[in-house]
Amino acid sequence: MSRVIEFRDALCEAMTEEMVRDERVFLMGEEVAEYDGAYKVSRGMLEQFGSRRVIDTPISESGFSGLGIGAAMHGLRPIIEFMSWSFSLVAADPILNNAPKMLYMSGGQFGCPIVFRGNDGAGGQLGSTHSWCVESLYANVPGLKMAIPAFPSDAKGLLKTAIRDDDPVFFLESERLLALKGEVDEDPELLIPFGTANIPREGTDCTLVSFGRPVHFCLEAAEELAGQNISCEVIDGRSIRPLDVPTITRSVRKTNACVVVDQSWPFASIASEVAATVSEQCFDDLDHPVVRVNSDDVPAPYAFDLEQEMLPNARKICQAVRTATYSS
Amino acid sequence: MPITKAFTTEIDYVSILDEHGNFDAQLGSDLISNDELVQLYEQMLTSRRFDEVAFKLQRSGRMGTYPQNMGQEATSLGAAFALEPHDWLVPCYRENTGLFHRGLPMEYILLHWMGDERGNQIPRELFMTPLAIPIGTQMLHATGLAWASKYRGESNIACTFFGDGATSEGDFHEAMNFAANLDIPVIFFCQNNHWAISVPGHIQCSAPTVAQRGVAYGMDCVQCDGNDIFAVTKVVKDAAQRARDNNRPTFIEAVTYRLGDHTTADDARRYRDEEEVEMWKTRDPMIRMRDHLKSLNLWNDSKEAAATEKAETLVAEAVKRAEEIAEQPVSEIFDSMYNTIDDPEMIRQRQTMRTSSIGQDPTQVESTEQVN
Ligand SMILES: Cc1ncc(C[n+]2csc(CCOP(=O)(O)OP(=O)(O)O)c2C)c(N)n1
Ligand SMILES: [Mg+2]
Repeated sequence: MSRVIEFRDALCEAMTEEMVRDERVFLMGEEVAEYDGAYKVSRGMLEQFGSRRVIDTPISESGFSGLGIGAAMHGLRPIIEFMSWSFSLVAADPILNNAPKMLYMSGGQFGCPIVFRGNDGAGGQLGSTHSWCVESLYANVPGLKMAIPAFPSDAKGLLKTAIRDDDPVFFLESERLLALKGEVDEDPELLIPFGTANIPREGTDCTLVSFGRPVHFCLEAAEELAGQNISCEVIDGRSIRPLDVPTITRSVRKTNACVVVDQSWPFASIASEVAATVSEQCFDDLDHPVVRVNSDDVPAPYAFDLEQEMLPNARKICQAVRTATYSS
Repeated sequence: MPITKAFTTEIDYVSILDEHGNFDAQLGSDLISNDELVQLYEQMLTSRRFDEVAFKLQRSGRMGTYPQNMGQEATSLGAAFALEPHDWLVPCYRENTGLFHRGLPMEYILLHWMGDERGNQIPRELFMTPLAIPIGTQMLHATGLAWASKYRGESNIACTFFGDGATSEGDFHEAMNFAANLDIPVIFFCQNNHWAISVPGHIQCSAPTVAQRGVAYGMDCVQCDGNDIFAVTKVVKDAAQRARDNNRPTFIEAVTYRLGDHTTADDARRYRDEEEVEMWKTRDPMIRMRDHLKSLNLWNDSKEAAATEKAETLVAEAVKRAEEIAEQPVSEIFDSMYNTIDDPEMIRQRQTMRTSSIGQDPTQVESTEQVN
């Protein structure tokens, strides 16, 4: 049975169900308890689970990240909420230097089954320091997994998978999508494995690969291009680490064109990684070099129009597809 | 209105056996039995021997950088002794004596500094975490470990070790604040050895004691003579009690001194006075303990000779085990990356021993398709 719910409630359901299922899971972060989360993602959870398992913390990102790592090392399954991934930068040492390396550096003795989650990405006119898209920066680090849902159903299924995963998972939510509504299955075993991309729209002329919020811009662009007789196949990667390469290459072998849309900065980005991989594996299938659409290489501007222009959008994507398919 | 005092405080200083041999029988009588005292002394002796040998191994190119523990043995040893075997020991890198006391085979520490990660593969039943080289990070891990124990309804607590320099790190303050405000049963054990490499203590802390930093967090805090095994044992026992009974953390400042260089890569003569070092040599925790044992008729020169010989043998055997361990096969390079991974790309990397580019591995296209 499925029903239509908001993205934020899908996240809340995922956490709630997993906390009911597994006593080892707890939620910790700034404002997660009394306030129901800065973005109301943990609504009702304090009431249901009490302050032992839904914990308001001091404003210490490094503090609760490191504490969560210690708790994970001793058998618990922390969910650590960053109000925004932008604030995770002050916790760089625990999240990048400890969590993803703990298992490796202890020769397998100390696992680190922890979920770091929170709002990622620009678009809310929050100014540059609060508008980080951390995916390219963090995905570079081996030992972590990274999931980035674009739809409510995936938000729930991926978060449940993240909580059950035995390794550290960086879970990137877009605040811009939290009110998005969609069908979500009520099945408590709704688990979406990492490394399985989804194809929300099939097509024949160009493959659009994206992750998180820009998947919606891709769908918008695909709709517009359909009116111009260009048929786009949209791939929603759903997880960045692991990356579902076979689904991408299969599609490119069919369409012979590829555009990658990534909301992080262009230099050494997720788009660069996908473009390189597609170029390596589908060199003979491509009619045009892979085209990348990233955010512009500037700090996120504060002003509305400037910020919108900085981010990937349907117009830029349409242009990229026309280039990749020689139809401009 | 007159100005009144919002708050005043005093910091206790605990000393039981001082460098002149004065022993406070009232405080010290039931802390350590005679048998235990002899054992602890032998462990100090072994650790000191280990230090000497490790130093020589480095100098002769058989080991990498090594931080000597010399002069600070009583701190981690007293703490490990005072705690239960299932309490977490969360070290930085100068706690060999306590780790050995808990049961860590000595070759682990050698392997670590020889550049072999298997030295960090610490058996889970020892309840200790790998050496933490980034300064300060382990205090948060300790807080989390203790948090987890409390959450799980277990009786074990955590004790984390760090230096005076580490109290300048943000992680220290965040860990202390967390532990105090969220009632976490963790002991913060600062080994104030007066130096952070070449930087003297007053650059890290302008207050008269480091211990009083705990006051700001509403935490019990105490200073003790870190070269006095009795004092260390007492303050850790008291702190453990507080943690176990009331989930309250304690901040301990153990005043000690690094008799050696910071590490084998350092030459401390460049920045500190010889008189200072000479003065601290008279406060050496080992000498003090030996004299005390002698005064109790528990020790004599022949016992000393026998114990020294035993220590030499133990250390030599550990060196042998460390040096003779089979080399880690390169094929293990991808091991312990993830607990669970079914990503075809990771599987390919393992199978082909190649990391990323197709240019390095022409089978890449084939293998990813096969797995799929
Ligand atoms: C985050 C970080 N910064 C700097 C260093 C380099 N470093 C290694 S040991 C050390 C001094 C530490 O002094 P202290 O905490 O007093 O410990 P001690 O070595 O005296 O026991 C420094 C700066 C490091 N390892 N990690
Ligand atoms: Mg120091």
